[in-house]
Formats: sequence, structure tokens, C-alpha cells
Amino acid sequence: MGVNRRKFLKIAGISTLGVAAKPATDALAFNPKEWLDEKLGGFTPSEILLHFGHKPEGSVPGEALTGTRWAMVVNVRSLDEEIAEACMDACHKVHNVPHIENPKHEIKWLWDEHYENALPGQHHEHIDDDIKKLPFLVMCNHCYNPPCVRVCPTKATYKRKKDGIVIMDMHRCIGCRFCMAACPFGSRSFNWKDPRKYFKDEEYPNPKYPTRMKGVVEKCNFCAERLAEGQIPACVEVAQKLCAEKGKEPALVFGDLDDPDSEVRQVLRSHYSVRRKPELGTHPNVYYIV
Amino acid sequence: MLEKAFLGGRKYWTWMICLLIVMGAGFGAWLFQFRDGLGITGMSRDISWGVYIANFTFLVGVAAAAVMVVIPYYIHHYKAFGRITILAEFLGVSAVLMCLMFIIADLGNPVRALNVLLHPTPNSILFWDMVVLNGYLFLNIFIGWNVLMAERKGSAPPGWLKPVIYLSIPWAVSIHTVTAFLYAGLPGRHFWLTAIMAARFLASAFAAGPALLILFCLIIRKNTKFDPGEEQIHTLSGIVTYAMILNVFFFLLECFTGFYSQIPGHMHTIQYLFAGLHGHTGLVPWMWTAVFFWTVSLILLIVPAARRANDVLAVACVTVFIGCWIDKGVGLVIGGFIPNPLEHITEYQATVPEVLITLGVWATGFFVLSALYKIAITVKEELGA
Amino acid sequence: MYDGGKIIAGIIIGLVLLTFPIWYTHGMAPKRPEVKLPEKEKKCVKDGPYMKTKHMQLLDLWRDSTVRAQKRIFVSEDGRKFTMSLQNTCMSANCHAKKSEFCDRCHNYTGVDPYCWDCHIPPKEEPKEKSEEML
Repeated sequence: MGVNRRKFLKIAGISTLGVAAKPATDALAFNPKEWLDEKLGGFTPSEILLHFGHKPEGSVPGEALTGTRWAMVVNVRSLDEEIAEACMDACHKVHNVPHIENPKHEIKWLWDEHYENALPGQHHEHIDDDIKKLPFLVMCNHCYNPPCVRVCPTKATYKRKKDGIVIMDMHRCIGCRFCMAACPFGSRSFNWKDPRKYFKDEEYPNPKYPTRMKGVVEKCNFCAERLAEGQIPACVEVAQKLCAEKGKEPALVFGDLDDPDSEVRQVLRSHYSVRRKPELGTHPNVYYIV
Repeated sequence: MLEKAFLGGRKYWTWMICLLIVMGAGFGAWLFQFRDGLGITGMSRDISWGVYIANFTFLVGVAAAAVMVVIPYYIHHYKAFGRITILAEFLGVSAVLMCLMFIIADLGNPVRALNVLLHPTPNSILFWDMVVLNGYLFLNIFIGWNVLMAERKGSAPPGWLKPVIYLSIPWAVSIHTVTAFLYAGLPGRHFWLTAIMAARFLASAFAAGPALLILFCLIIRKNTKFDPGEEQIHTLSGIVTYAMILNVFFFLLECFTGFYSQIPGHMHTIQYLFAGLHGHTGLVPWMWTAVFFWTVSLILLIVPAARRANDVLAVACVTVFIGCWIDKGVGLVIGGFIPNPLEHITEYQATVPEVLITLGVWATGFFVLSALYKIAITVKEELGA
Repeated sequence: MYDGGKIIAGIIIGLVLLTFPIWYTHGMAPKRPEVKLPEKEKKCVKDGPYMKTKHMQLLDLWRDSTVRAQKRIFVSEDGRKFTMSLQNTCMSANCHAKKSEFCDRCHNYTGVDPYCWDCHIPPKEEPKEKSEEML
């Protein structure tokens, strides 16, 4: 065959372009992904097409709480059965989570576990009795590097760019349950049947928030809809109120990890904290003070 | 050539009508599921994938096994396999069709299935699974039909078909590798989080698929005028033997890693499957049945006299198929969910509607396979092959 | 034409069967639906003709803007601010609060069954008004 000079120069030219593309765009501080995202206003190209070329409508509410990396700290030593129950109740009521008797079909956004189930890698035979009795509140960890988001084939679950919340788009979920298999923390529940059947007479605890339908996955959403109205998550509100009444340190603290002066950062600075299954590299944003 | 699927004797039509009845029952059960939700199955919050995905995983392997006939014939010019490539390719078609049906049956919202296409997500393995499975289905239909058409006309297949056939070879490997990746990349499931997952999948696929193909060849030889050939069956049996040995070997490797390292995450599921965990022993009888079948199959396959005798070979192939189905479907998919990420154990039992739907899908696959085989065999009979 | 009689007879029967829905239901068409507009609010988020034809596209865009882009505040052409929400804005007490008197009237007539309300909770109505759904 043989490569003549012309061919060689052509190949060399194209290769240089290919190799130099990334360093050049880096040097110019140009990230094609970010540029596209900005141009499209927050929608993906397929979403723009499906909305006939419209970019997202409207603006962020002024009263919304702002943060770039929402996190929660669970101070387990402040928890007791009453506070844990109140938190779970508040969460499930605000979001119309049905109470399902059959444990196989149960839906839970926030619930409590024993130490050996919440932090299995840490458990040993001679754990002190206090820890053995404490209710460990567990929920979706809104990981910084979420495997559930990685596996979702439709981006029905995705990490919000603005604030890091891992959220569900109930309209898009096809119910494949891959995210449930991927979550290392068992945080996700599936609607095996129509959840409305578990409410009597169509009386829903919170008529301002939708229910879900059968066939979609759901989980804690860090009360994104409350954050948009300037309110902290329901469980945190209830926990802080009860702990203040009982003279305890707040059992749940919520805030922006990227803000050095936020409550979460203060609490993390002054206490030793752990996270669930850190060895898996998901970087959970829920911390536990034990 | 499609009209040949309608030309059959009494046995053929009885078989097809029986299949149609099972398909109807399965479809009826699926309608209940469509109306009431997946709650009518035995799946639960902890075991979120059950018999549907188990069968899907197993059948992707069976579909990939067509490559075990294609490679020797097209790459190594092993002329003998020319007689049966069409059978392997059509088996691939019906197996992939069953896979796709199982996926649809398993979806919580099947009407939204198009979202996977409307919102392509390249970082999701499920997206790629959809791509490669549909691609494989198309490839095999396209290749099989054209090769058969050419054979019927008495000419060589067209030249442009060759690159398509070459493409189908890595594609076949890819369908099962991608399916293995569904499991092997999940950080929370220690039973699945192993590099050997893809290799194990391929080994069991290349054992179970050709084993089924051998059974089909024996059935075809008995019931039609087309004889796939003694040499072909014998070579296939050799492939099944090696694949089966590798399959069992890979499984024992997993056991070693788990039990020699004594790391709980690596051991617990194997303990649950073979001995029970904390009193839960639901799958123990299944797994030991699989071990029994594997042992029998290995003996019957490795001993040359046994493998050569077609009756014994048939038994071996049945034990290979069932053993691999239990190991991959029941053991691997269900076992991976136990214990759950919070170290609780929930067990799984398929319900009647679930089993009906499963049987309905299998019946549909066999229906399509029978029709395609009828066409292929009629063509070959007419040619006096 | 061989068997010409049978063929022509078959064609006629076929045409009769094919056009059955047209001639059988002649004169039986139900009245055009009349929706009950809200009493207090006279202006919607967009003008009436637009909403009639494109409310579903609008709702879809609102849905993705709110859920996926976190943009919740919509400003109408005449400067009024609304939170983009089917349950809490469109179906608020001052606006289209009665599903059976508004949404269902046209949906039932056209045979459209949107699954929005499988999840989104419509405001509760008195049982007697619900019978309006049986058009």
C-alpha cells in the first residue's frame, strides 16, 4: 500500500486536531457539556425536542432556600422512639406515603433501623447497650456520586445540578427498578399496587402534594417542594421542635455542605461523624453522629 | 417462505395450538398484572427482580449461543456447521424475542417503555442492553432469512451479507456481556460485584444454548426428513462439555474467593443459597438440585462413550439446561438480593400469575421458534438435504 | 367477472359494515360540552383560545420546568405571577376547582382519559356533583 507524503500529512493534521481538542477547550475554559446545558436552559436535547423547541419556562421562586450541596446530619444520641416516630410520621404525611401492612410491599421514605443494620460494617459483639437501643433514622443519602442515577435508563432519577438533591421524576419512571438494585442502602420503594387503595375515602394527608401511581419508584426527596417554598424538610422541623422541648441537641440538622457557616458544617466540625458504607465511594450526604 | 410455517401435519398443528393456549393463559394473567400492578407477583421491596428478570438473564445467554455455531463455520470454515447455522440463528431470534417480552412483562409502566428511546442515557447499562438486544434481534432475522433464501435458491449468500455476519459475532458476545454488566457494576450487591460475572455468564450461555440446540437437532432428526447430522451434534456436544466445565470452574472460583477470604459480603449469599442464612432456607433445595444436575451432566459429557450415545447425550443436555437455568436464574438473580443492603433477609416465591405469564412468554418463544424452524426445515427437505 | 354476483354482494356488505358507525349513530350525537368557567377569576394564565388547544403542551412544559429545571414561578403575558402547579394553581379554589364541571366535560365527550389525576389530587367535590361525570 505505502503511505505517501500527502496521506501522511493529512493523517497527521487530523490527529493533531483530535489530540489538541481537549487541551484547547480546557485552556479556553470552554466545557462543551456546560455550554450546551446553558444554551438549552436546563433541558437535555431530547427534552427540548419533545417540548417543540421550548426551553424551561419560568423562574426559581424568590423564597426558595438556596444551597449547592444539601446534606443532613443525624445526631443519633438525641433520638428516641418518640422523636423517630414523629419524624417518620411527618415525612409520610407530607408526601402522602401510604401505610401498607404487607412488609413486602411497604413504601418507606424515612424509617428507623438498629445499629447493626444501619451501619453493618461497624457492628461488633461488644457494642454498648445505649447504641443497641437507639433508633437509627435512615433515608436516601442523596449521594454525591449516586449509583442509582448512573443506572437509570431514562433519567427519571437524576441529581439536580443546582443543589445536589437526587430526585425522582414520577412522570418518566418506567418502573424497571434498576435503581432499586443499584442503591447500596436500600432507600428506594416501589409501588407494587395502586397506592391510593391504601387511603380511605380518598382522604389524603396532604392534598397539596400528589400521590404516586402504581409502577413507579419513590424515595426521600429532601422535601424539595418545601425547600422551594423556603421551608426546611418536614422531618427536620419536627425533630428540632421536639428536641428543643426535651432540651436535647437537635436530632436532625439540615443545611448546605458547601457553606462553611451552615448548621451542618458547624455540627460536623464539633462532633465525630460517620456515613453509611463509605467504602463504596458513593459519598453520601447524610452523616451520623453516634 | 413465510407460507411454509402454515404447511404442517397433525403433530405440528397440535403442538402450535397447545402453545397458543399457554400463550393465551399467559396473556390473560398479564392483563391482570397490567390492571393491578406488579403486586400480584412474589416480588417485594427487597427482592425487586424476580422470575421475569431471571428468565431474561438466562435467555440472553441462550440467544448468544448462536455464535458458537457461527464462529466455527464462518471464521474457521468448519464446513459441517453449514447445515445448522440457520437453526442456531433462529434460536437466537426466538430467545431474544423472549428476552424482550420478559422485560416488558417486568416493567412497572410498560406504556412508558419508549422513554428509553426518547431520553437516551448512555451512562445507563440498561440503555445499552436495549440497543444490543434489539440490534441482535434484527441481525439474526436479517442474516437467517437471507442465508435461508439463498440456500433455497441454490446459490451462495450475497457478498454484502458477510460483513453483517462478522458483525453478529462480537455482537453476540456483547449482548451477554452487557447483560452481565447490569449486575457486575452495582456497588451494593456483593454477590454480583465480581469481574468474573461476564465470563461466568458467557460460559453458562455457551453450555446451555448449544445444549438446547442439540436437543432440537435430535427432535428434528426424529420428526422430520431433515437430519442435522451426527458430526454436527457431536461437535456441539464437545462445545457444551468445555463450556460446562468452565462454568462450574468459574462458580467454584467464586466460592473460593468468598470462603477463603472469609469476607461476609462475599460469603453470605452463597451460604444462603446452599445452607440457608439465619434460618432462611428457601432456595437451598433448588441449588442442590442444580448441583446434582451439574454433576450428572459433567459425568455424562466428559465420559466419551456417554457423550457419543445420543440418548445419554440428550439426558446430559437436559440436565445442563435445567442446571444452568437454576444457577443463573434462581441462584444468581434472586440470590443477589439476599441479604438486602440493610442485612435483612426477605425470601421470594413466585406466584401463580407470575408463573403463568412466564410460561406464556416461553410458549410465545417456542411458537416463533417452531414457525421459523418449520420454514427452515421445509426448505431443507425440499432441497433434499 | 367470475363470481361477480358474490363479489359485488360482498363489497356492498363490507361497505355497510365499514360505515356502520356513521349511519347507525346519525342524529345521536351528544350535545357539545359546556364547561363551567370559574366565577371569580376571569383571566387564565394564558388566553382562552390558546388554552383550549394547547393546555396539554403547557402543562407538559410546566411539568418539566418545575420538576427538572426547578423553575416554579410563571409570569403571564400581563405580568401576573403563578406557581406552576396543576393541583394548587390550575385547580385552586378560585379557578378550575371542580374537575367534574370543567375538565371532565370535554374529556368525557372526546373520550380522552389523561392519567394526570392518577397522581395529582383534584380538589374534593361533593358526591352529588360527581354524577355529572356520567354524560
